[in-house]
Amino acid sequence: MSAALAEAPPETRVHYLNANYGIKSWLLTTDHKRIALLYLASITLMFFVGGAMAVMMRIHLIDPAGALVHPDTYNKLFTMHGVMMIFFFLIPSIPAVLGNFLVPIMVGAKDLAFPRINLLSWYIFIIGASLTLYAMVSGGVDTGWTFYTPYSTTYANSQVMATALGVFVSGFSSILTGLNFIVTIHKMRAPGLTWFRMPLFLWAIYATSIIQVLGTPVVAIAIFLIGLERLFHVGIFDPAVGGDPILFQHLFWFYSHPAVYIMILPGMGVISEIITCFSRKKIFGYHFVAFSSMAIAVISFLVWGHHMFVTGMSVYAALIFSVLSFLVAIPSAIKVFNWTATLYQGSISYEAPMLYALGFIGLFTMGGLTGLFLASLATDVHLNGTYFIVAHFHYIMVGGAVMAYLGGIHFWWPKISGRMFPDTWARLAAAIVFIGFNLTFFPQFMLGYLGMPRRYATYPAEFQVLNVMSSAGASILGLGYMIPLIYLFWSIRYGPVAPANPWRAKGLEWQTSSPPPTQNFEVPPVVTEEAYAYGPPGSGREGAHD
Amino acid sequence: MSVHVEPVWLYVLVFLCLMVLTATTVGVAFVDLGSFNTLVALTIAVIKMLLVVTFFMHVRHSTALTKVFIAAGFLWLLLLIAFTLTDVGTRQIPQQPEGWGSATTVVPPPK
Ligand SMILES: [Cu+2]
Repeated sequence: MSAALAEAPPETRVHYLNANYGIKSWLLTTDHKRIALLYLASITLMFFVGGAMAVMMRIHLIDPAGALVHPDTYNKLFTMHGVMMIFFFLIPSIPAVLGNFLVPIMVGAKDLAFPRINLLSWYIFIIGASLTLYAMVSGGVDTGWTFYTPYSTTYANSQVMATALGVFVSGFSSILTGLNFIVTIHKMRAPGLTWFRMPLFLWAIYATSIIQVLGTPVVAIAIFLIGLERLFHVGIFDPAVGGDPILFQHLFWFYSHPAVYIMILPGMGVISEIITCFSRKKIFGYHFVAFSSMAIAVISFLVWGHHMFVTGMSVYAALIFSVLSFLVAIPSAIKVFNWTATLYQGSISYEAPMLYALGFIGLFTMGGLTGLFLASLATDVHLNGTYFIVAHFHYIMVGGAVMAYLGGIHFWWPKISGRMFPDTWARLAAAIVFIGFNLTFFPQFMLGYLGMPRRYATYPAEFQVLNVMSSAGASILGLGYMIPLIYLFWSIRYGPVAPANPWRAKGLEWQTSSPPPTQNFEVPPVVTEEAYAYGPPGSGREGAHD
Repeated sequence: MSVHVEPVWLYVLVFLCLMVLTATTVGVAFVDLGSFNTLVALTIAVIKMLLVVTFFMHVRHSTALTKVFIAAGFLWLLLLIAFTLTDVGTRQIPQQPEGWGSATTVVPPPK
C-alpha cells in the first residue's frame, strides 16, 4: 500500500498542511493534526518560558549568598517554573501533541471522536495559560507549585488566585483531551485492529486518559476550595474555623501523584514504538507491557500519601502508603525489563530517536529507583524536602518524560512536517541533552543526601562546588534544547523531503503519506497483523517497504 | 447508540423530587441530629445525585461500557475518601511507642 503512495515533494499534492491557508484555517480547524500543531506551538512557548526561569535559578545558585535575585523573587521563580512546566508543558506534552496527531491515525480513523471538543480543549488551554502568564507578569506567585495551605489560603500576598484559576481552567482541557482519546480508542478502531493488535503507544495513551478523566476533577476541586477559603473565609483548610490543612494535601496529591503518570506513561508508549523500530524486533511480552500501563494507572491512585510522610499525616496511614508506593515499581520495572529484552539480539541502529529512547531507559531507571528511597519511611524522613527529591523527580520528568517527548517528536517529525531533520545535528543534540541533564541533576542527588534543602535562595558555602556543577550542566542542557528548536524549524523549509516511511517502521501511521492528507488515509485501512511485526533481516519482513 | 426520548412528565417528576429533597436538606439543617447531621445531609445528596445520573444524564438507557466508566468514577471517589480516612481516622492513636520523644529519653549533649 505504502509503496504506491507518492514520494513526490509535498508541494505537488494536497495534504493537511497545504489543504487551505490563512489564520482562520488554523484557528477554526477541527483537524486533529492541525490542533496538534497548535498545541505544539503553545507548549513550546511555555517550555521556554519555564526554562528561562530555571536558568535564572541556576545562575542565582552559583553563589552561596545568591547571585542574581531577591529571595522573594527566587520563591516566585521556582513556583512559576513548576507551574509552567507541569501544568502547561509536561501534562499536555505527549498527549496533546503526539497523541492528538497520532491517535486517530494509529486507529485508522479520519479524526478523533469529537473534533470540535478537541479544538475547544485547545482554547481552554490557551485561556488557562494566558491567566497564568498574566499572573507571572503582574507580580508572580510564591506558594510553590503545590499551593500548600495555609500559606496559599491565608498568608501569601502574591497572585495566588490568578495562577490557581489558570491551573483550574487548563484542567478542563486535559479532561476533554482524555475523554476524546478514550472514546476514539473504544469506538473508532479500523477493521481488524483488535485491542491486542494496538500499538503500545495507544495503550499508554488510553491509560493516561483514564487518569486525566478520573483524577483532574479532584485537583480542580482542591483549587476551587482554596479560592473559597481565600476569598470568602469558608473554613475548609484553616483549623481556626474547623478546617484541616492536611486535607488539602490529600486532595492535591490524589491528582498530582497520578499526574506524574500523565507525564511519564505516554512517554513509555513512545519508547515502545521507538525501541521496536530501531532494533527491528517485536516487543518482548506485548501483553505485559500493555497491562503494566493499566496497572500503573490504577496503582498510581493509591500511593499519594508518600508526599506527606513528614507533613503531619498519621504514621499508620504512612505505613499503608509506603507499602503501596513500592507496588508501583513492579509495572514500571516490567516495562524497563521488557524494553531491554526487546533490544536483546535485535539489529540495533542509533538514529536520533533511538538515542533519546536509550537515554530514557537509563535515566528513568535511575529516577524510579531513587523513588524507592523516598517510598521508604525511614530514608524519606532524611531526604524529604531536600535536593534529593528535586533530582529524583527531574530524572523522571525531564530525564524520562522530556527525553521521550523529544524522541517522539524526532521519530514522527517526518510524518508531521513531511521533511527530514539533519541527522548529525539531531544525534549531537541528543548527546548534549543527555550530558547536560546528568551534569545538572546528578550533583543534586548528592546535595540532597548531604542535606541541602530545596526551595532556599541561599546555602552554606560547602555546597558551592556541586551547585556550580549543576548550574554548568543547566547551561549545557539549555543549549541542547535550543539546537532541536533551530534545526526543526530549519527543516520545515530546507530539510530533504520525507518518504512515507523513512524508518521502515510498522504501524498505520507509516502507511499513509508524509504529511498525511486531511482525512489521514486515501483508502480506509484494514489491519491484518500484530503490532511490531518486524522480522529478522532477510526474512522479507524487515519493514513495511524497503 | 439509539436515542431514547423520555416523556416530559418523567423529567418534571424527577425535578420535583429534587426540589423536595433540597427543601428537606434545608429543613433538616434546622434540626440538630447530633452525629447524624452529616450522615443525613450526605444521604440526601447521594439520592439526588443518583436521580440526576439515572434520568437527566440518561444512564438508564446507556451501554454497559458507559456504566462501567460511571462505576469507575464512584470507585475512584471511594478510594479518595477511604484512603484519606486511613489518615484522619488514625491520628488519635498514639503515633510513637511508649517513652519515645519524652524528655526523659533525651540524651544529654556531649561536653
Ligand atoms: Cu508521588
